[in-house]
Amino acid sequence: MTQEIYDVAIIGAGVVGTAIARELSRYQLSTVLLEANPDVGQGTTKANTAIWHTGYDAKNGTLEARLLRRSRALMEKFVPEAGVPVEMLGGVLVAWTEEQRDRLPALRERAFKNGVTDVRILSPEEVYEMEPNLQEGAWGGLYVPGESIICPFTLPLAFATQAVLNGVELKVNFPVRNVHLEEKEGTTVVESEDESVRCRYLINAAGLYSDEIDGMLGHHDFTVTPRRGELIVFDKFARSLINHVILPVPTPLTKGVLISPTVYGNVLLGPTAENLDDKTNTATSEAGLQTLLEKGRAILPALLEEEVTATYAGLRAATEHSDYQIRLHADQRYVCVGGIRSTGVSSCMGIAEYVRELLEQAGVTMVPKPTFKPVKMPYIGEAGQRPYRNPAMIAENPDYGRVICHCEKVTLGEILDAIHSPVPARTLDGIRRRTRVMQGRCQGFNCRATIVDILARETGQDPKFLLAQDDKARAGVNPHPQSSRGEGAK
Amino acid sequence: MTPETDVLIVGAGPAGLAAAIELKRQGVANVTVVEREPEVGGIPRFCAHTGFGLQDLHRLLSGPSYARYYAAQAKAVGVDLHTATTITGWEGERSLAYTSPDGIGTLTAKAILLATGVRERPRPARLIPGTRPHGVFTTGALQRFVYERHLPVGKKAVIVGAEAVSLSAVMTLREAGLEVVALLTEHPHHQLYFPYSLGKFWLLDLIRRTPILTSTRLRRIMGTRRVEAVEVLHTADGRTETIPCDTVVFTGDWIPENEIARSGGLIIDRHTLGPQVDGGHRTSRKGIFAAGNLLRGAESAATSALEGRAAAREIVRFLTDGRWPDVRLPIAVEAPIAWVYPNTLTAFDIASPRRTFDFRVQTFVEGATVQIRQGTKHLYSRTFRHLGPNETMHLDGRWLAQVALDGEPPVLSVEA
Ligand SMILES: Cc1cc2nc3c(=O)[nH]c(=O)nc-3n(C[C@H](O)[C@H](O)[C@H](O)COP(=O)(O)OP(=O)(O)OC[C@H]3O[C@@H](n4cnc5c(N)ncnc54)[C@H](O)[C@@H]3O)c2cc1C
Ligand SMILES: Cc1cc2nc3c(=O)[nH]c(=O)nc-3n(C[C@H](O)[C@H](O)[C@H](O)COP(=O)(O)OP(=O)(O)OC[C@H]3O[C@@H](n4cnc5c(N)ncnc54)[C@H](O)[C@@H]3O)c2cc1C
Repeated sequence: MTQEIYDVAIIGAGVVGTAIARELSRYQLSTVLLEANPDVGQGTTKANTAIWHTGYDAKNGTLEARLLRRSRALMEKFVPEAGVPVEMLGGVLVAWTEEQRDRLPALRERAFKNGVTDVRILSPEEVYEMEPNLQEGAWGGLYVPGESIICPFTLPLAFATQAVLNGVELKVNFPVRNVHLEEKEGTTVVESEDESVRCRYLINAAGLYSDEIDGMLGHHDFTVTPRRGELIVFDKFARSLINHVILPVPTPLTKGVLISPTVYGNVLLGPTAENLDDKTNTATSEAGLQTLLEKGRAILPALLEEEVTATYAGLRAATEHSDYQIRLHADQRYVCVGGIRSTGVSSCMGIAEYVRELLEQAGVTMVPKPTFKPVKMPYIGEAGQRPYRNPAMIAENPDYGRVICHCEKVTLGEILDAIHSPVPARTLDGIRRRTRVMQGRCQGFNCRATIVDILARETGQDPKFLLAQDDKARAGVNPHPQSSRGEGAK
Repeated sequence: MTPETDVLIVGAGPAGLAAAIELKRQGVANVTVVEREPEVGGIPRFCAHTGFGLQDLHRLLSGPSYARYYAAQAKAVGVDLHTATTITGWEGERSLAYTSPDGIGTLTAKAILLATGVRERPRPARLIPGTRPHGVFTTGALQRFVYERHLPVGKKAVIVGAEAVSLSAVMTLREAGLEVVALLTEHPHHQLYFPYSLGKFWLLDLIRRTPILTSTRLRRIMGTRRVEAVEVLHTADGRTETIPCDTVVFTGDWIPENEIARSGGLIIDRHTLGPQVDGGHRTSRKGIFAAGNLLRGAESAATSALEGRAAAREIVRFLTDGRWPDVRLPIAVEAPIAWVYPNTLTAFDIASPRRTFDFRVQTFVEGATVQIRQGTKHLYSRTFRHLGPNETMHLDGRWLAQVALDGEPPVLSVEA
């Protein structure tokens, strides 16, 4: 049987895997991106705090600090070009005790060493001038102008779309079960349930499961412990309560509970930090939500007066090490990209460039393609002009004036675009992340049935089948059932 | 669409349509109704069961027939109806922006009636922890699945809530072939008060057939792909119990769709979460009226329709004389009173002592004396044999003449 041999195979289409795919698509290589879920960006990448971190607080001298800094420069160019929603709000870190205030100079020092030189210590008066609704009692703060908010749904989709437009093959529903090297041929076989691909070089960007893929290649350099972070999304009416990302003073274990606007015009409160042993447990807990409400009340009392729009939990791929686990195993033609714990949305482009350099080190020659097609994503942020407010778009296609999701003001035109895009939405959750449908006040209780209908019609699927598929997508696919016990199994 | 009209109505549910029809009957030349859905009629469109129309149309209809009746009437009297048209915000004192397939634009009117209805709080807003599997609905969503799109639902359902709308969920689930394994309520007793003119026997039969778990709180939803079970806490004895099911329906727990009202700077009542109104449906902003469920959560469709009619008469008055009250005195409530409405008093109310007031309580109270005082002055008291949550009670307005409009807010409370 002759089978195409890809130059590179990437396991995992999170923000890291897609960024790598995009980076490699600039060169004359054949690349395949393998993802267990039915869509890209469905792992940790979709359930986080969505801050575009400067890395001001990263441990000095780490790979993480370096890649965050490098990523910043790359993303500053890519993000506006690709139309990824961002708001450059700046962060206000608040010291709530005398002891925390005394740590501010050291934090500033650390930021300087990380190349983030525009941070500034704030007096209590300045803190309240910038954030008048904060609880009383702040001792001071640190202003970090570069901390911004970004759309964690559009970002991996933008990478994946540009990669696909430039020749990368994306295989979804491809849970990698086994990997083995063919020493003689200089190739690697990557096996799923009933399919396999062969490649010369393999990149492991499997997020929570990166340690297990690493194990398939005989390495035991790190173990991923899922660290759950629960979050509460508040109603859009809360948005006017804050002007910046409100940061706590970080501890070595966590960045702490923050309050941040989202690019969709809501306000986020979270995350908690709790080590678990189940890599599929993205359930929220009574204790977690209660903790958040208490913390929220202590920081921004008025927030608690507003309605809650959503709650969710994400799992950080924490390891026993305090830095990223990125390693080249040149003899195996293999790069491991693991332990991208709590900054991957911000460092992804830095990581991608670094992985490309590692491949070059391993002997891959990178010949740039004569043309590299650009990407422009549909805009789903709140700060700019959405289709329902755009007369030119509606005049050209009335579907952009037909609002389907009333809470988030998403139009039929946008839903159809999502279904027919180069990286097409095939599940309800896929449409949600591309358009914002069903993520507003009513949580899809009004429009969900309509969207099922549209998706079924457009893709020629039976709605019953589609709902079953969606069940799968919502649960997330556990590619390694033996390694973790889901709640349902208890 | 003509950018200028006499009266602009936002929302074509029972309240908006009834108001529009009455306005035309009273001779208002241009009445425009905008509705974001592809069809007019509001929530009843999807309630394919009986129980509508008794108090306003004096006969019993199914939801869809009821909606069709109002739609046909509105067309017949010449109301300017615009569907698939979403009001997106304010452009001026009495101007609203809209989006429709024909483009975006601004509508300006001499008076505006907001009748945007209500929604049930979905699961996240109730902070129910657990996994996020498929099979979780509100009654409204369930009805769209079953009656509008004929989509599959599940086999065994737990209903959260045991109030009027919960019965609607029961009927819909039965229609879709599901078994209802339990109704849950945190209260010590269910709150099924023969609502929506449903037969008493039907209700007794339901109660006999369906376990109603009182003093029970939903604690967690379990299941990975599909709901597999819910965990409940029996608050009386602290027991927890796991109930297997594949569907959970959240009923009631209403919140007014107050986005347009709130973004227009209308004063929002802290208790109803709807815009504050006086007895003539006047909000805190000149020329802006509100009616229907937007005011205080769900009542029967007839209640909303009758309010729409009443609002229409006040709108006609405003169009004629242009008078608007400049003093507004809010009415305060004390627990266990949940809310009262109308919730502000103006000179118009004081002059109309036949106004009635609706209120609800948060918990069951037996033999309660409800009183109204202003400062130290006692204005009114009335004893009720029984008060319970999710049941609307009424007060007459005989006390209005004694209110000092320049005084402190009158307080509605239950005598200890
Ligand atoms: C609560 C929380 C808050 C956070 N806040 C921020 C923040 O504000 N800013 C920030 O920059 N970062 C933040 N992060 C971190 C950020 O979300 C992650 O670093 C980033 O998403 C990691 O991306 P990834 O691509 O490595 O992982 P993932 O998104 O998990 O992607 C890995 C992919 O690999 C797939 N996969 C796994 N195993 C297999 C297999 N065997 N076969 C095929 N496919 C497989 C998975 O399905 C998944 O799609 C936060 C994280 C959490 C949990
Ligand atoms: C599940 C369920 C079962 C029920 N069963 C019964 C029953 O058996 N008998 C009975 O009498 N009553 C019943 N009711 C109550 C009845 O449906 C409501 O009281 C009635 O629909 C309220 O009318 P409304 O006009 O205030 O609001 P709605 O009917 O909610 O209408 C509001 C309208 O405003 C539109 N709208 C909102 N915002 C905008 C905007 N920005 N731009 C344009 N349009 C907008 C909405 O799309 C909607 O059509 C039930 C309610 C529910 C939810």
